[in-house]
Amino acid sequence: MQRRAAFDNLWLAGALIAPQLLLVLVFFYWPTVQALYWAFSTQPPFGGANQWVGWQNFEQIFSDSVYWNSVRVSIIFAILSTSLSIATALLMALMVDRQLAGHRVYRFIYFWPYAIAAPAVGLAFRFIFAPDAGFVSAVNQFAPNLWNPALKGWDAMILIVIANSWKMAAYNFIFFLAALQAIPRTLIEAAAMDGSGVLRRARDVQIPLLQPTLFFLLVINITESFVDSFGIVDITTGGGPARATDLMVFKIYSDGFKGLDYSMAAAQSIVLMLLVVALTFIQFRYVERRVHYA
Amino acid sequence: MQIRPFAAAFLAASTFLGGHAAQAQERQKFEFWYGLTGRLGEIMEEHCKRFNESQTKYEAKCVGQGGYDKAEQNTIAAFRSKQHPTLVQIYDAGTVNFMLSGATYNAPQLAKDFNMKIDWSAYFPGIANYYATSKGEMWSFPYNSSSALLYWNKDAWAKIGKSKAPETVEEWFDDLRAMKKAGVECGFAFDYDTWMPLEQFSAIHNIPIATKNNGYDGLDAEMVFNKTKFADYMKDWKKLLDEGVARIQTAQTGKTILQAFTDGTCASMLSSVANHGVVGSTAKADLKWGVAKLPVYKDFKRHNSLVGGASLWVLQGKSKGEYEAAAAYIQFLLQPKEEQWFADVTGYIPVTKTGFKAMVDGGFYADPKRAGRELAIESLTFTPPTAVSRGIRLGNFTQIRAEIRAELEAAFTGKKDMQAALDEAVARSNQILRRFEQTFKGKQLP
Repeated sequence: MQRRAAFDNLWLAGALIAPQLLLVLVFFYWPTVQALYWAFSTQPPFGGANQWVGWQNFEQIFSDSVYWNSVRVSIIFAILSTSLSIATALLMALMVDRQLAGHRVYRFIYFWPYAIAAPAVGLAFRFIFAPDAGFVSAVNQFAPNLWNPALKGWDAMILIVIANSWKMAAYNFIFFLAALQAIPRTLIEAAAMDGSGVLRRARDVQIPLLQPTLFFLLVINITESFVDSFGIVDITTGGGPARATDLMVFKIYSDGFKGLDYSMAAAQSIVLMLLVVALTFIQFRYVERRVHYA
Repeated sequence: MQIRPFAAAFLAASTFLGGHAAQAQERQKFEFWYGLTGRLGEIMEEHCKRFNESQTKYEAKCVGQGGYDKAEQNTIAAFRSKQHPTLVQIYDAGTVNFMLSGATYNAPQLAKDFNMKIDWSAYFPGIANYYATSKGEMWSFPYNSSSALLYWNKDAWAKIGKSKAPETVEEWFDDLRAMKKAGVECGFAFDYDTWMPLEQFSAIHNIPIATKNNGYDGLDAEMVFNKTKFADYMKDWKKLLDEGVARIQTAQTGKTILQAFTDGTCASMLSSVANHGVVGSTAKADLKWGVAKLPVYKDFKRHNSLVGGASLWVLQGKSKGEYEAAAAYIQFLLQPKEEQWFADVTGYIPVTKTGFKAMVDGGFYADPKRAGRELAIESLTFTPPTAVSRGIRLGNFTQIRAEIRAELEAAFTGKKDMQAALDEAVARSNQILRRFEQTFKGKQLP
């Protein structure tokens, strides 16, 4: 038997949720409907006469090898930056949770990067990784041309992955730390008394108990790397060299705002939205099954 | 909310006290958006200040948009929500978008409605032709105008015993190779900007970039630059790069071509005359440098180069007062005194022949600090503009530049053969042009 709570006063219930609904309507549904309309028409830059073109925009996108390249690049970026940011955050959280010397300071400063705006992160990393003048240019002193994100696609990809992970690791860190601190000390102490070392305790006790957090962060990080990586790409690589870092969200920006082709950008953002929805759905359907909520 | 009554009272008091005086000299304001950034952006700000201080009737509110492309994007977005400025600085590549927008208050009409004194024939033909409609009218007012030049390091050339800049492309490349042997690490710095190698190069060689006279004769133009001398030029650049004679310098590599030239790393670059002032003020102390007209291939006759920079567009939907103020501002900018001040602090060229003559007579170009700036005008007026050296009028040209850039990146980084990259760039540019044609179905270029 399931107990259901029901409101007798529907008007009151409606009034109570109205502000929230209104927000969602204005900031999500309305733009989405607008984008849908644009995606099926051609929209002149200054507005005005739309022409209905049916599926043409989508056909053009899907037959474009450059678009498929940006899908491929986005997926690589999502996988790399999600794994890197989750792994480093987990490592940092485990260390801080052990209350090593100075852990209070670390707990505080590890979160900072998330508070920095993406373009600022991009600017900092562009300087650090500049092959001629940056911090990393020392590498090129020993092995000329080993590192050059302006010329080598993979270097550029590594650059944006590191920049994005640096930012996201800070976010993940807070969640991991909170989850670690929620694990009863008695469990860890019991394991310690049974003779298991630090690594063993992390592997067999802590990480399994972190599963719900891990899953949550996986979903958030993947979504984030698809839709929120624009600022970093724009400042560091500009999508290049030769489209090696032309992420889907960056391509939407350049086609829409630089190229003033709003319809093509709208069609691409619809595709991106569906892709993110599908990925999230898959994660909930197949990955969440294996998550044990304590 | 303790402060509110106090603030309200203060406001009321100040309106009461100052109201009368303010009414008497209420200035007519108007908004002007500009795209230039950095030092040039500051100069735009100063130009506005000079206007505001020169008279008491009008007030220009000048707002920087953080880049030419951003100025165009923001203006379009603002226009759609009716928050747009009266006057906006739009770069050369955005001209056709504004011509077809239906959102503009065209220059000849404004000049007529507000009795502006403008001698349309005083504009340099190279400038006037670039911006003109098929009927020969300019719909916007040319403002900051430039052309491209070769910047060369005299010390590096001295190492091979030369004291003159190369005139032909062949001579230039030979010099670069000789300099490499003489120990110059980087003879030539370039980035992927298409303005110098494609647009200016094609104009001075009098070769087309696209059919229909580079798009002036219709929206159905098609790109042809993969089959012209430009393709050879790019292949030659690739060779220089492979031989270690030339180098790619972008913000991503750590130094832009400008920085690599001014700190003496690289011995030559192609850049706008607008950077003449910046090079002068940022070059390392002992750098001896000069400028020259862009090199031309031996078998070609030199033609005029293109005007670059931006023009001022007036937009629809503003009040009469605002138009009057904007007209006064434009009139102010065209005064010889202002043209000279602006040219002095930037490196931009004067847009009118009268302004130029006044500057020559005043000894402006005799100053060693400005040596060579007159070459930009010499280059721009070298021959009367031909059908293809007149300019480029292609839809969505910003996006086309981006596509060419991406393909050049692929070719210069060795991912693709140069010819294959250029063919691809042409195919993709044509797609953009067809797309533009479709979006503006039924419209004609004015």
